[in-house]
Amino acid sequence: MTTYVFIESRDPFESRDTAFIEETAIAVKERGHAVTVFLVQNGVLAARQNTGRLNRLAEAGVTLIADDLSLRERGIEREELAGGVQEQGIDWLADAIARTNTKAIWH
Amino acid sequence: MKERTLTLALMDPPYESANSTTALRLISAALAQGINVNVFGYEGAVCLPLKDQAPHANPVKGTTVEEEDHPTTKAFVSALLAIGKEQPRLTWVNCGLCVDERGAANVVDGIKRGSPADFFKMAAESTNTLVIPTK
Repeated sequence: MTTYVFIESRDPFESRDTAFIEETAIAVKERGHAVTVFLVQNGVLAARQNTGRLNRLAEAGVTLIADDLSLRERGIEREELAGGVQEQGIDWLADAIARTNTKAIWH
Repeated sequence: MKERTLTLALMDPPYESANSTTALRLISAALAQGINVNVFGYEGAVCLPLKDQAPHANPVKGTTVEEEDHPTTKAFVSALLAIGKEQPRLTWVNCGLCVDERGAANVVDGIKRGSPADFFKMAAESTNTLVIPTK
């Protein structure tokens, strides 16, 4: 089993190709790998509960993380986050992608 | 734990994209955890450590250079190189052709000149590699 860390920096309301990450993450998860989507920069706009943007990923069992600074910069509070989304710092990402048998993909 | 090394390829020029800020945060966080970091500056990212960058006043707000305290990417890069001077180590290689195209050779101390072959070598010898491309 390989661990995949997809780093989504794009706003889902601006970039339709954020669907690429959703589809790829789910497909990889279905093949039995551990998958995390780390939302950063405008990517965290998808983390708000009222957007429903992460429902399919959460249902597929993908780990969802939102970067704390990106959330603060955009005025998104922890209680606004969709169920299953964890708030973490960039140190979490540094540790996660500096591990063996891990694929880190930036989008 | 075995020594870990992370290689990053950066492509965005300074002051254009939040990618640069995130990349600098990531380098800082990795070094703080004892993770060695290699950076390959490609395309516009070779200007991140450009020594000619200068903080500026803001005439619209009427503030001085000191009041603005404008952050420059060259200062961030220098600070990270100081942190990564020994262990953990930060190695920063700028693509030489990208530097020549942009006239961006006047960089802060500690930046090396190289080629994509160096990126390949760094990636091959690292625990993992992350490419942060331009959009």
